[in-house]
Amino acid sequence: MQLRGNKQVYRPHIAERNLTTLKRGESGTLDRIDLPEDDARRLMEMGFLPGHAVTSANAAPGGDPRVFRVDGSEVALRRETARHLILR
Amino acid sequence: MDDCHGASTATAPPPAGVAARQHIVAIVGPPNSGKSTLFNRLTGLRQKVANFPGVTVEHRMGRVRLEHHREVYVVDLPGVYSLQPRTEDERVTHDVLTGQMESLPRPDAVMLILDSTNLSRHLALAAPVLSLGLPTLVILNMADDLDRRGGEINAAELSRQLSSPVALISASKNTGIDKVLDFLSGATLTQAPKAPLMQLPVIQDVPKCRDWAANLSRRTEYRAPAPPMWTRRLDAIFLHPVVGPLVFLAVVIGVFQTIFTGARPLMDAVQAAIETSGQWMEAALPESALRSLLVDGIWTGVGSVIVFLPQILLLFLFIGILEDSGYLARAALIADRTMAKIGLQGKSFIPLLSAYACAVPAIMATRTIENKRDRIATILIAPFMTCSARLPVYTLVIAAFIPEKPLLGIFFGTRAAALLGLYALGFLAAIFTAGILKSTVLKSARAPFMLEMPPYRWPTLRSLLLRLLDRSKVFLRRAGTVILAVAIVLWFLSSFPLKDGKAPEISQSFAGTIGHAVEPVLQPLGFNWKIGIGLITSFAAREVIVGTLGTIYAVEGTSESIGLQEALRHELTPGGAAALLIFFAFAMQCMSTIAVVRRETGGWRWPIVQFTYMTLFAYGFAFLAYRIVN
Repeated sequence: MQLRGNKQVYRPHIAERNLTTLKRGESGTLDRIDLPEDDARRLMEMGFLPGHAVTSANAAPGGDPRVFRVDGSEVALRRETARHLILR
Repeated sequence: MDDCHGASTATAPPPAGVAARQHIVAIVGPPNSGKSTLFNRLTGLRQKVANFPGVTVEHRMGRVRLEHHREVYVVDLPGVYSLQPRTEDERVTHDVLTGQMESLPRPDAVMLILDSTNLSRHLALAAPVLSLGLPTLVILNMADDLDRRGGEINAAELSRQLSSPVALISASKNTGIDKVLDFLSGATLTQAPKAPLMQLPVIQDVPKCRDWAANLSRRTEYRAPAPPMWTRRLDAIFLHPVVGPLVFLAVVIGVFQTIFTGARPLMDAVQAAIETSGQWMEAALPESALRSLLVDGIWTGVGSVIVFLPQILLLFLFIGILEDSGYLARAALIADRTMAKIGLQGKSFIPLLSAYACAVPAIMATRTIENKRDRIATILIAPFMTCSARLPVYTLVIAAFIPEKPLLGIFFGTRAAALLGLYALGFLAAIFTAGILKSTVLKSARAPFMLEMPPYRWPTLRSLLLRLLDRSKVFLRRAGTVILAVAIVLWFLSSFPLKDGKAPEISQSFAGTIGHAVEPVLQPLGFNWKIGIGLITSFAAREVIVGTLGTIYAVEGTSESIGLQEALRHELTPGGAAALLIFFAFAMQCMSTIAVVRRETGGWRWPIVQFTYMTLFAYGFAFLAYRIVN
């Protein structure tokens, strides 16, 4: 579990897959959340825990925010948040 | 335990009506676990809403009747996923459960309510709750859903592992409630609980708590139910890229149309009832200052606010249906992108839409926004939306100053264009203000937007009715206190000092004196003292200015009154008329709104900031309008 405080410095690698790279209906396994600790904790409490499977589901018109199925719940995240949830 | 309870009541007095020996039980659970349904089921009408001092979070307190005329108090706390006090909701729940909330003694016991269809995740909340060391009943709600979708749980084993009683219930279908009542009336309520068989995890560590919960659900042979197929099917429609927004628009237009036109006959009926009963009182009582106070002051003043009750109730009926059915979360999702452009979020949409009817229910509806900053921002911009009390003022001034000319055939003329322009102005002012707020006062690292999509459910009539009753009580209590006080003050100002033992002409009254006194301030806007009096009385409700001007000019005081339109044309230059419209578009001329903002934000700070800002904003733009038009 890696938590980084400064999201300005952070740039996702090309190779790194995050929640926004999932197409509708696709699943992936969450690796880590690159957000400040408080935000990461909130996401974890909603079910976004490292090691858990996340499935991309419906979205608002335009594809943002998008609903993700995780740990028995459906939670909508904005693209700006979803791209900080890194997949294995 | 008894000693402990005695000690806590000694330091913190119990809330009004709670006898010292009566027990308090807190309901704790994550959002959407059915806390309120259970609370309503247990307490029915024996409940009331209260605010903790200094916080915006409200809690509901109710009495549960048990056998042998005994009663237990139940307090419904905000929904939380953990007991880490980070948000205001979590802090309130944490403080109440640990006995740190000043206005409430520490509860004697806890009812932890969890959604049984999502137990492997929700059980994680059991760890921090059980570590409080209070007698706890673990309630697994929505047992009917679990059963129907093929899920299973060994409740007896769960009870053994946690060393606490467990009840498998359906709060909406009213099954298993007897187990809850058994807990509330039983001896376990006051016995110190045994430590859980399964050792509790470090409660600050989310993954550890989740692992603990997973382990627990394995030991209790929990089988998660199949996914909610109906919800998936409905979402395929409601969140469809093309159909979804169309359904959304249809819902929005339907709600808007109903609160506007559907509420009209009801509002007219309430208006007629107030007027008729006022006349009846006038005839029944001998002429005196007291009669004038009762009829002209209190009855008419409070009546001008109560007229909005049908509209408010209708609006809350819709919001209740949207929220209880689960569609509100989908609507928030669809609206989020648009709302994000002005620095708000999807959940602000329905409150802001409601504000087109009346800012009061809109501000009460912001309770569905968990993020406090977004909620305050929504509250602060809601009164800019063109509420229905502005319409009579707009209609009067537009009719008096703008000649009707067709612009687009017979359907759209100059007057309609002017009205539409005023709606647009209010909306633009709201966007502008939201922008300022987000980059100044409410600027800070924003919490990420997270919106849980609950499964669709049928709203129950019982919970809808209880909600309506609750909202009306809140609104009428405002009408009965702040609004009553302001109505009396306004009556006093316009009925005194007495001339030859009789009420004075309005120009000779205190209101007239104040009108004269503020005239220099209003002169730059092109208003004279008569308009000044109207501005003062319009605090009761904006449309009251129409009646006041009617009284001053001794003509019929309605928007359609030709006499009043004539009088206004004499009184105001076109620039002054434009200034008056702009002033009403932007100023917070409404005591009900001020009162409700104070209640919802837990103090006078925000209503004062908001009132000052809106008045200065209105004054500035009215001045500009006066200069430009003249």
